[in-house]
Amino acid sequence: MTQLYRWPLRLASLAACLLFWQVAANQRLDLGLIAFTYVPTPAAVLDAAWHLLQSSKLADHLGSSLGRVFSGYLAAAVAGVLLGLAIGRSKWAEDSLLPPLEVLRPIPAVAWIPLAILMFPSSEASMIFITFTGALFPILLNTVHGVEGVDPRLVASARSLGAGRLAILREVILPGAAPSIVTGLAIGMGTSWFCLVTAEMISGQFGIGYYTWESYTLQNYPDIVVGMLLIGVLGMVSSTLVRRLGAFATPWYQSGGKRA
Amino acid sequence: MSVYQQAPTPGRIDGRQLSIRLGQGREAFEAVQRLDFAIEPGEFVCILGPSGCGKSTLLGALAGHLQLSGGSLLVDGNAVAGPSPQRGMVFQHHTLLPWRSVLDNVAFGLKMQGIGKAQRREQALEMLRLVGLQDFAQRWPNQLSGGMQQRAEIARVLINRPRLLLMDEPFGALDAQTRARMQELLLDIWTRIRTTVVFVTHDIDEALFLADRILVMSPRPGRFIEDLRLEFPRPRNASLLTSPGFTHLKRHCLELLRHEDGRELPRLTPLGLPTTDHPPLRIAL
Repeated sequence: MTQLYRWPLRLASLAACLLFWQVAANQRLDLGLIAFTYVPTPAAVLDAAWHLLQSSKLADHLGSSLGRVFSGYLAAAVAGVLLGLAIGRSKWAEDSLLPPLEVLRPIPAVAWIPLAILMFPSSEASMIFITFTGALFPILLNTVHGVEGVDPRLVASARSLGAGRLAILREVILPGAAPSIVTGLAIGMGTSWFCLVTAEMISGQFGIGYYTWESYTLQNYPDIVVGMLLIGVLGMVSSTLVRRLGAFATPWYQSGGKRA
Repeated sequence: MSVYQQAPTPGRIDGRQLSIRLGQGREAFEAVQRLDFAIEPGEFVCILGPSGCGKSTLLGALAGHLQLSGGSLLVDGNAVAGPSPQRGMVFQHHTLLPWRSVLDNVAFGLKMQGIGKAQRREQALEMLRLVGLQDFAQRWPNQLSGGMQQRAEIARVLINRPRLLLMDEPFGALDAQTRARMQELLLDIWTRIRTTVVFVTHDIDEALFLADRILVMSPRPGRFIEDLRLEFPRPRNASLLTSPGFTHLKRHCLELLRHEDGRELPRLTPLGLPTTDHPPLRIAL
């Protein structure tokens, strides 16, 4: 707020980029390595966005993308946090659950697409699975990390005050790991959008990723950029939402401990 | 009911041939060896010794966080098996839950007993009043100074009316003035809530000022080399620190501790060996 004077330069930088885009697209600039021949102008993109906004298609595309992300991500959040708590707390769970997960972890979720299409009855289910896989590992690993990072003195102290196993999990481990879990949830939100868009491009009907790819095949070039921008906005909004919810859930951790 | 009316029954401690091993395999060593001692109900005992001598290890065993490798340890005739609210523990650095207000931290023990919110908060507030923190009930623990955090910690332990109050250098991290005030506060609380106190320290002045009795410990393996009974009258105040009797005993304690050959040992904690290894960095993607 105090740094208002920095905004003119920031806005000017954005405007310069837009201007370059407009000029390059207008002149069909060809730099040899990269060509702007088929790139739509900002004005054309704005026009296409306006048309999409007016049509009923937007709600369908948004609805199916959001639905998939929501179900896949939610399942990943529940599974990731529960598995993470178990693995972080019990040696037995760590030895029995972690090895297979460690084998699967380096495989990018996108690499699952062909097999997922074969494994699931509908392309809808396979896309949700890809979203789930993308979000699961960041959430799981950050939860394990958070649980292992809880100060053993806090656990010892709680036991001395009469806390049993469950009470320690609820009163000490879960809140202690919460900042790390929130980090995992925010990263997971980003990766699940990334995976969803890729999956939609390959096997979707409806959805923002599908819309973007369809625009390419139908040669509606301005619509490609509209799709890209929409994906960016949706990713940003959902990440912000997760961070806000996270801050709300861990009030002692934010703001240097100021109580509202 | 007032906290004073619910005064605890002080506990008696008996240690027989008590040994504790720490570390794994070849690194293992006896932190304390064949200790024989008895502490009477209501006594204020300081265990005095150099860093790493095993005094905190003994405290950890009393709290139930460490297991014996030999001998027996009885509190009121029952063998210690695991932590219990009957044996309250105060660490050198506070262990208040950062995600609970000071009030809810103090009420934690009552919550574990299943006491309702209104009732436990009322009792916790009374405890906070006893340690002079009633105006800070709604703060987060990290908004308090080091001395206040330890006062909250003491209130949190005492609300369970423990038979034993176990303290591991609780004022060791505080500045000299705060430490002196905390010592007087502790004695003041102890006159009202009479419980058996086992207080670990390496500070001779602190031990002499607080205790009825000092057990002096030698390091590796830890053994008691002196059992001092102090007859200084109570209530005690700062003038005691400069009295001839005090200086005399201080010289005696210095003498005892000087016998050690000057080895510096790593500090042991009531939870065992100090944790130096940080958890491995994990790139969580």
